Amino acid sequence: MSDVIEILSCGPAVTVQDRGRTGFLAQGMTRGGAADDLALYEGAALLGQSPDLAALEMVGMGGSFRVTTDTRIALTGAPMTALLDNAPLAWNASHLLPAGATLNIGGARKGTYGYLHLGGGIDTPVMMGARGAHLSAGLGAALSAGVTLPIGPDKGDTVGMTLPVADRFEGGRIRITASMQTEQFDGATQERFTATAFRRDARGNRMGVRMDHDGAPFVAADQLTIVSDVIVPGDIQIAGDGAPFVLMCECQTTGGYPRIGSVLPCDMPRVAQAAAGASVTFEFVPFEEARAIQTRATSERATLASALVPLLRNPRDIRDLLSYQLISGAISATSDPFTKGS
Amino acid sequence: MTDTPRIRRVGLQGLLVQFGDAMSEPANRAAIAFRAAVDAQNWPQVRETSTSLVSTFLSVDLAATPPEQITDALTELLHTQDWYSAPLPAGRTLWEIPTLYGTDAAPQLEEAATAAGVDPDTAIAELSQARVRVLTIGFAPGQPYTGELPPHWDIPRQQALTKSVPSGALVVAIRQLIVFTNASPTGWRHVGQTAFRNFRPDSATPIALTPGDEMCFPSVSEAEYTRITAQDTSGDGGAQRVVLK
Repeated sequence: MSDVIEILSCGPAVTVQDRGRTGFLAQGMTRGGAADDLALYEGAALLGQSPDLAALEMVGMGGSFRVTTDTRIALTGAPMTALLDNAPLAWNASHLLPAGATLNIGGARKGTYGYLHLGGGIDTPVMMGARGAHLSAGLGAALSAGVTLPIGPDKGDTVGMTLPVADRFEGGRIRITASMQTEQFDGATQERFTATAFRRDARGNRMGVRMDHDGAPFVAADQLTIVSDVIVPGDIQIAGDGAPFVLMCECQTTGGYPRIGSVLPCDMPRVAQAAAGASVTFEFVPFEEARAIQTRATSERATLASALVPLLRNPRDIRDLLSYQLISGAISATSDPFTKGS
Repeated sequence: MTDTPRIRRVGLQGLLVQFGDAMSEPANRAAIAFRAAVDAQNWPQVRETSTSLVSTFLSVDLAATPPEQITDALTELLHTQDWYSAPLPAGRTLWEIPTLYGTDAAPQLEEAATAAGVDPDTAIAELSQARVRVLTIGFAPGQPYTGELPPHWDIPRQQALTKSVPSGALVVAIRQLIVFTNASPTGWRHVGQTAFRNFRPDSATPIALTPGDEMCFPSVSEAEYTRITAQDTSGDGGAQRVVLK
């Protein structure tokens, strides 16, 4: 009997996620995987393991969890309130979750997608090459109370580390590059698009995120005659209502609406994490610059572990402070440390 | 528009070879044949490939790979033959899928027949004898867009969407037939119902269909359809498959 994590209760949209699956595009299935894939790399760095291991993705709110063996955990993505048997836990950090203790993860304080990583990863059966649920395809499902998930073998032992992360949870400037239909939008429309302050609409999920704006709709030259063509995550589709819709990890594989540009993969976590109402602007970057930005981000993602620092606990957060031996190891001012037997 | 075929970048995520600006049989054939040719090259930079109606997509990390590396090779490959008259890849499958037309199971047969200018019996005869090709797979896993039907089946999609057609629904518009993967709203008209499942997540081959495969939808009686649904556990829905030479 392998060790498990048990879901005592959880929000409506908690799923197992990993880096998704490739090889099924021709058969109508996009990659899927974690909506914020940077969070997978952060979790991997915190636990000193592979970013390919599966974690729990929690949309908007987490849940209540228990494990059957002492388990290393890491918390990444949208910061949520986290309590270990009522003691607060730092986000973007690794911790030890003792067997039988209760981990409570509440609502997101900002952003949308929070992640709970386990040392050894979640070891559910691989489905079509990956463990992640692909909800729009009907592969896998959201988790609910009472579900137990096997934990993989953990090769590490470090906890109590934290990773400083840049805020990617409040929208902001999103870098995009021209794509195959950008030129269907005239120069004035492209300029207005990049000058417009958008708000992340409440309508958003793992398939796509709609952006609201004040002012005229955006329209392509041959809006109605574009033949259906390939879609990749990051494409910004302008649908019939003239509002941009950023296609996300679980988008469909083809579509007939024109696309004004494509978000750089390294900026997709920021699109995914922007909460409803967050301000967003889009900026075209020239192709070679886009390549350089993406290459830099990929290399930074691979070397996150070098930024780890020990988690310094705030004494106010230590509920049993007085039980700690705080003066152990202090040096006496009077005794001679070189005197034998002292 | 500029001449086709043409090569386009898809953001930083790949390259697209477009063989037309609208659906056409030769352009669809070219896209499918060209994809097979690209796959046969085994270029290490290409993560995977797919086709849409009239284009071939190569998934390539364009941040790591300079696009010229691939576009030069693609241009060379495009020049090796006339892709619009290329034969389709060998080893394709013909799927014969028993279909219940009309009745309460597929309530828009009459409406679709009227739109196509034929009576319902003629519509059933035409649709059940048509042999169509999987033009592309998309929207949902394994969901085939097939065609092309004769020109009088160039009927528009409905203005108002049907709230939901069930999994296995055979729907028609714009000279194409689709079998739906999952229950879904649609503007296409629901003319037949099959017990064929495009996507079987728990199966060793979760997705049966491949672009280029051929399909036909022979009419069966309500009694026969009921018998099929009662007995079939495979998801094949009584389909016969024939390997095409």
